[in-house]
Amino acid sequence: MSINQSGWKPAIGDTQAPAAATYTGNRALMLEEALIFEIGDTRTTGVDFSPSPLQGRGPGRGEVGASAGDENAPLPTLSPEGERANRLGGLERTASFGLPGLSEPETVRHYTRLSRQNYAIDLGLFPLGSCTMKHNPRLNEKVARMPGFADLHPLQTMDTVQGALGVIHELAHWLKTLTGMPAVAMSPKAGAHGELCGLLAIRSALEARGDARSVILVPESAHGTNPATAAFCGYGVENIPATAEGRVDLAALTARLGPDVAAVMITNPNTCGLFERDMKAISDVVHAAGALVYCDGANFNAIVGRVRPGDLGIDAMHINLHKTFSTPHGGGGPGSGPVVFSAALAPFAPLPFVEKTDAGYVLVEEETAGEHHAQNFGRMTAFHGQMGMFTRALAYIMSHGADGLRQVAEDAVLNANYILRSLDGVLDAPFGASGPCMHEALFADDGLAEGFSTLDIAKGLIDEGYHPMTVYFPLVVHGAMLVEPTETESKAALDQFIGALRSVAERAKAGDAALKSAPHFAPRRRLDETLAARKPVLVWKEPVVAEAAE
Amino acid sequence: MRYLPLTNEDRAAMLARIGASSIDDLFVDVPEAARLSGPIAGLPNHASEMAVERHMAKLARQNLSAGEAPFFLGAGAYKHHVPASVDHLIQRGEFLTAYTPYQPEIAQGTLQMLFEFQTQVARLYGCDVANASMYDGSTACWEAIVMARRVTKRGKALLSSGLHPHYVSVAETMAKFTGDALQTALPTLSAETDAEALLEAIDRDTSCVVVQYPDILGRIADLSAIAARAHEHGALLIAVVTEPVALGALKAPGDMGADIVVGEGQSIGVGLQFGGPYVGLFACQERFVRQMPGRLCGETVDAEGKRGFVLTLSTREQHIRREKATSNICTNSGLCALAFSIHMTLLGERGLRDLAMLNHGLAVQAAETLAAVPGVELVNDSFFNEFTLKLSKEARPVVRDLAERGILAGVSLGRLYPGADALAHGLIVAVTETTTSEDIAALAAGLKEALA
Amino acid sequence: MSRYFTEDHEWIDVDGEVGTVGITEYAQEQLGDIVFVEVPEEGKELAKGDDAAVVESVKAASDIYAPVSGTVLEGNSDLADEPALVNTSPEEDGWFFKLTLSDAEELEGLMDESAYQAFVSKL
Repeated sequence: MSINQSGWKPAIGDTQAPAAATYTGNRALMLEEALIFEIGDTRTTGVDFSPSPLQGRGPGRGEVGASAGDENAPLPTLSPEGERANRLGGLERTASFGLPGLSEPETVRHYTRLSRQNYAIDLGLFPLGSCTMKHNPRLNEKVARMPGFADLHPLQTMDTVQGALGVIHELAHWLKTLTGMPAVAMSPKAGAHGELCGLLAIRSALEARGDARSVILVPESAHGTNPATAAFCGYGVENIPATAEGRVDLAALTARLGPDVAAVMITNPNTCGLFERDMKAISDVVHAAGALVYCDGANFNAIVGRVRPGDLGIDAMHINLHKTFSTPHGGGGPGSGPVVFSAALAPFAPLPFVEKTDAGYVLVEEETAGEHHAQNFGRMTAFHGQMGMFTRALAYIMSHGADGLRQVAEDAVLNANYILRSLDGVLDAPFGASGPCMHEALFADDGLAEGFSTLDIAKGLIDEGYHPMTVYFPLVVHGAMLVEPTETESKAALDQFIGALRSVAERAKAGDAALKSAPHFAPRRRLDETLAARKPVLVWKEPVVAEAAE
Repeated sequence: MRYLPLTNEDRAAMLARIGASSIDDLFVDVPEAARLSGPIAGLPNHASEMAVERHMAKLARQNLSAGEAPFFLGAGAYKHHVPASVDHLIQRGEFLTAYTPYQPEIAQGTLQMLFEFQTQVARLYGCDVANASMYDGSTACWEAIVMARRVTKRGKALLSSGLHPHYVSVAETMAKFTGDALQTALPTLSAETDAEALLEAIDRDTSCVVVQYPDILGRIADLSAIAARAHEHGALLIAVVTEPVALGALKAPGDMGADIVVGEGQSIGVGLQFGGPYVGLFACQERFVRQMPGRLCGETVDAEGKRGFVLTLSTREQHIRREKATSNICTNSGLCALAFSIHMTLLGERGLRDLAMLNHGLAVQAAETLAAVPGVELVNDSFFNEFTLKLSKEARPVVRDLAERGILAGVSLGRLYPGADALAHGLIVAVTETTTSEDIAALAAGLKEALA
Repeated sequence: MSRYFTEDHEWIDVDGEVGTVGITEYAQEQLGDIVFVEVPEEGKELAKGDDAAVVESVKAASDIYAPVSGTVLEGNSDLADEPALVNTSPEEDGWFFKLTLSDAEELEGLMDESAYQAFVSKL
């Protein structure tokens, strides 16, 4: 026989020997990545440019635009001397300002490595309550990138953007029909911006009838944006209590209504995961008192296609396109928050908006609004809103259609109830007796071992390979855990998550010390948030190099 | 339906576990009158991926995109070349389909990126600190005015006549409700900015002076004197930058004494997108940090002492401070901030300076060529990549006329300031690295014909 | 010198016309690690129950109310650099502000130490 010359004899090895710390700090596929300020420098660039036409037009101009590919060339600047050298008004930036660059391969590697330190819907179930982390279809990304949408300037003449205005108009039609409301403002940039839009319309309507009013009522369980928005547009804010079953206390609300109350902001379904059964009655008493009803539509996913908010007496409601209509959350935005209006508020809706005329689509702006929309409350943002989100949302909505959207709500609610009931006897559900939940299930920290908290359950779920649910919100429940699975999870995915949550909850009830130090398997252990807040370090600074000893 | 994984068998089994006889049982809290018995009437049912794509492509074809024509629009949104790797990287699912980094142990990618972004913005603007971004430049501008009110406890803001009219409109809309007093004016078609008038107007009631740099007509004024006068009177200088590429060539506002610098980041990485989503940049000097709106990312260590990043100073924000928050903003423009940061990393200071010089050089070339056309006069003495022309005719019909000839000629002041007769002949022309000599020649020829 | 307590967990030491205000051991325990304290400016007029100062942990911000009416003499400047004093020494070095009382009779509505301990034990 011929001998094994290479010496290659694969073997499992000694499985008992402990791992050693690595030289790099990496752990195989878990790769550490330094900051761009530590790996790049101001002389490196990953983009090549052709020379500037100003090159060679006067003394000192020879280097302009010629630096690419020559890392020893000085940083390009235009010196002010010399005739017609530049038109910068004597304000040339000369000193280096320390923006590091990387070559393209280094850049791709840097951000690819960073991306792998993130959890994402693409990786697994992301049950963040009130955030509706559903699958983001890639068709949406494809259509948003069609040059006919992505490469349009917002101030092009209207004849050259008829298709884009058509997208806005079509999406507006869907949103109005799905909500049963006669008007919609498309320009708000996110949910909280939509809230602002709704309240400004309400205030305009009240002022138009000579009755400005001063107070907004908000349930204790509301998103923090509700009171913050009311204050941001100059209103006082008062809380209204909830009943023991987790819904707005209609009697207490009715008692508080009066000539100073401008509006009531209600989230429906609410943040306890319950439908406000008395919504129509609430609207009626609010209207009877001369006030208006704002609905926070963050949780619209639970009822889309099955219930029209317009049938419940709502005057204004924002719709988070990044929640119900699947535009990507992108690590924290951009969002998009169109607001639907009742007939009472429609005349006060902001500019701009799209109208269909015999001559095609028209963008109604300051100039043309006077003719038939004189009561508009003004403009909320430059240009016309989040077009890139409109194309995505329209693709999503058309994909589902009226029948599919109805199924979305049903499956979202079914999945949440499945989780709620599958954890009976494991986690305390403070409103579990209040009937079925809508699209999210709420649990509390009751019954955990001494010293164990909601935070420990959240960090334990990280080790199980999940993003935790929303924690410590709503504020009305101690140690709240708000679980929203969405409709895009399979039964198998839900069953595994339920098993994991059950296991972690049992460990928290049994006082498993390992849970207190979780996560153990994430790219980082628990981070010191106290240190970050006491001595804020918000930008990178060059480390101070110690002077060499003399 | 391709996005819904549950089968009817699954649904039945799950209803059984829940103890409900049908899905309707789960909607029992919805009042009878509000329950819809079937799909909403008048709307189409679900459609295949191919059918949806076909419909959207048809709508897309009804637009004349910037890349299809000689293109000169600016005025707050600019066409720049975005390297292919930027769009590839932001589509990684771990960035695209992540959310706000509430759980920092599994969001270090987003957090480290935000920390790098904040540092890039602060350095670009010449400020100490920056936040994790706002919706866009116009809303960031209003937030800065509100912040100046909090800092100075005064309510009168002086807005330069060179501030983008949409930014002014946003501030006017909000000020109607908050009671802030705004002093505004229309710009004039001259080479001089309103810097002198602003100096005169600053007094002890002024909370802030808001100056766009370069301004809406493309003019560039030194901010140092305004900053000094504002500070003498206990007011703040807010600088607004709608074209960040300009800061590759021009002194940073923070280095000239601006206390708060805000602006639009769209030029770097984001693309035109018919106006949004964009990315608002917000930076200020360190002493004001607790009055800032929006998310902030900060450095810290984990339980093993490793460096890591978290969202910090959250007690300024609505989810904790509710009606006492510094702003109602609940999000940032995360993915656009990522695109900005990646593009800026690719450029580096060298690339940004090259890009700025190329923009400026082409703009100088275009300005000289266009000013030679009969009936065209260059308004600006100074400019970066955008300047204003005064035409012998009203600019708005000229722009429409040229669009019919396949030239997207710029932004007429008639569109931005409807009804302002003194501005009707003004045309703002932007020139970037994407503009070719052929494009400039086409615009010159088009203007010559249109004005003849 | 005598010490009084409020149901909102402030304490006030009164020495002649001057009161020193802070929060109790129980309150700091509930708040967790303190990261920032905002104290009132000298000369600020406070009515009993007014928002007088703010104390922040990482995930919460709480207002400190004036236990009695008066004029602020000084805020505790040590808290700017070392907010953790509120955790380590809430009832001594971690005081928030001193004020000149405008109405000493308001003290009568406050609790003494034993009454406060009894109050806390029922929470």
